[in-house]
Amino acid sequence: MQRLEPGSEIDGFRLGECLHSGAQGLIFRVAAPELGFAAMMKVPRVGPGEPAENLISFETEAMILPALAGPQVPRFVAAGDLARTPYLVTEWIEGESLDAKLKRGPLAAPEAARIGAAIADALHGLHQQDAIHLDLKPDNVVLKAGGEVALIDFGLAHHARYPDLLAEEKRFAAGSAPYVSPEQVLGTRSDPRSDIFALGVMLYEMATGELPFGVPATLAGLRDRLWVDPVPPRALAAELPPWLQEVILRCLEPHAEERYQSAAHVAFDLRHPEQIALTARARKTGRAGLPAQLARWWRARGARRAPRLLPKAQVATTPVIMVAVDTTHANDPRQPFLQRATAQVLSLSREYRLLCVSVIAAGPVIEGAGAAGDAAGAHLEHLVRLRHWAEPLRLPPERQSLHVIESPSPERALLDFARRNHADLILLGAPAPGQQALAWWRSVASGVTAHARCSVYVVRAGHE
Amino acid sequence: MAIALLSDVHSNLEALEACLRHARESGAARYAFLGDLVGYGADPQAVVGTVRRYAAEGALAVKGNHDEAMEKRAGYMNEATKDSVAWTREVLDGAHKGYLAALPLLVREQDICFVHASAAFPARWDYVDGPGAAKRSAEAAQAAYVFCGHVHEQLLYFESSQGKWSAFHPTPGRAIPVSRRRRWLAVVGSVGQPRDGKAAAAYAIFDATREQLTFHRVAYDHLAAARKIRQAGLPEFHAFRVERGV
Repeated sequence: MQRLEPGSEIDGFRLGECLHSGAQGLIFRVAAPELGFAAMMKVPRVGPGEPAENLISFETEAMILPALAGPQVPRFVAAGDLARTPYLVTEWIEGESLDAKLKRGPLAAPEAARIGAAIADALHGLHQQDAIHLDLKPDNVVLKAGGEVALIDFGLAHHARYPDLLAEEKRFAAGSAPYVSPEQVLGTRSDPRSDIFALGVMLYEMATGELPFGVPATLAGLRDRLWVDPVPPRALAAELPPWLQEVILRCLEPHAEERYQSAAHVAFDLRHPEQIALTARARKTGRAGLPAQLARWWRARGARRAPRLLPKAQVATTPVIMVAVDTTHANDPRQPFLQRATAQVLSLSREYRLLCVSVIAAGPVIEGAGAAGDAAGAHLEHLVRLRHWAEPLRLPPERQSLHVIESPSPERALLDFARRNHADLILLGAPAPGQQALAWWRSVASGVTAHARCSVYVVRAGHE
Repeated sequence: MAIALLSDVHSNLEALEACLRHARESGAARYAFLGDLVGYGADPQAVVGTVRRYAAEGALAVKGNHDEAMEKRAGYMNEATKDSVAWTREVLDGAHKGYLAALPLLVREQDICFVHASAAFPARWDYVDGPGAAKRSAEAAQAAYVFCGHVHEQLLYFESSQGKWSAFHPTPGRAIPVSRRRRWLAVVGSVGQPRDGKAAAAYAIFDATREQLTFHRVAYDHLAAARKIRQAGLPEFHAFRVERGV
């Protein structure tokens, strides 16, 4: 293999500055103005004396990256022949790594939540494409200028549509010791909820400056996280709000089925702390007592590799459903129909999230509220009506949330809210009878249907 | 160059024609038939005729156990299968029988090995039904790629760095990168008698230049194929299998 240094050329790519030189390989900047974005080349260390794993994780990344799209992953440009000149050219993502940021100390709760939500957005985008990162750590999270994050290094990733080249490479099953999930320690490489665990570790680290499970160096040490109860974050940083502890400890549940089931749900909670239903997790002040620890240990003792789970299927069973409720017209005849349709849709999955949204005109315009209603009063009044609407559905509090949004454009407000919160389905009423003089194409329902990124269920009132 | 891999046609003309059309539209430039052209189905004469026309234009074919049963007794087969073999012997003309008898058990081209069952002992018709069997076949084949049939379900086996083999259930229509650096064994599924609960015909396309393998499922008029099996007086069970894909 030819010698690589700034200035040399491989398959038409001219190498620039060497950005990184580590045990696994080298990273160079690549000058390729025709791409329209900054690019880099990753070259693995191969040859006698170098571990074979370098090449397998390299092969994995070269297989998975071209199949991924979206702002949360670097764009794939080219891959060199593995037998001749292995290299990978990808987009160079500008930004600071979370690792670099954390070196300056822990973050305040609002910032930790903001970054955590952005990581959860990126994860959701990845899981929707049937991929799992499996090596999430602050090194692999790039904070972009706009507040979004991108995930890098897919060398340990899993894509449900491709053979898992790392499945039998036992030494590799785990990612980075502080962040790896309990099921990865057991050899499972196909559970998207493993990424949610790693996100929990990063949230813990952002909020407290500590690692919940330390940096174990042995397999036995790694296995501890199957049952060890981390010190509650609020015991380390008393100023942290209980809701953040709730989110962190839920991400860190040793059993995947007790964690958040979807990264979209994590993102939502981190952005709407006031809507989080607090449980015993939020109130914990110390680690579990000895009997409880022993019970956890006993339960973990028999833990085995879990069956394969398809990330996309997991996303499909954890839908975020948004329903737009008109609380301005109190006796709207469409409401019972919208309720019935919502109940039907929710009956199809257990792990849903329902977002009830009402868009009201900015300012205090509310029929029957009297002249006393100022803006805050109006907001509260609509919230009460929204709760009244949702009540007959009898949903557990952690599955639903209520949102009153003030906006001059209901259509735009609904679309923005749906996009920001990863809604998979929007339910809303067709134009009411009183609005039927209005052309369909001018209605909110038509605008939302035309421009939503997800499916839209337009509910029409029938005859009672 | 893309090569279509078609196995276990089993005298199902409707399924074969649908797969050939699909392969042509998907850019296949060559065709490889991986054995068991006949048996079970109602159109052995037309199926062998079609394959011979393709062979005259450069297609490659290997022999399957049902093809072998045209020339020699197959004691291991069950009664219904034996009935089907006897019927096929009657309807197939001499030239077609001669063609089947002359087919090779295994063909090697560069780093690809084409075989009906296991390359370890092709004439024993061992099923490649797990990572261990895949490993034995691939080691005997001495090739980067082994393409076979016999087991009527699509599966891709591959070798890890420590010589251990794994199985992967492919998603139809999705190209899988299969680097020459490691060894792969693909069971391409059955054109004429799928058995995974889905009636759609199964085959695969290998693109040697791009090192990609794509498994396909093609819907075809399986009810017509099943009807013809009944009309020919062949065992009901074989019509049922085609109808349900079991």
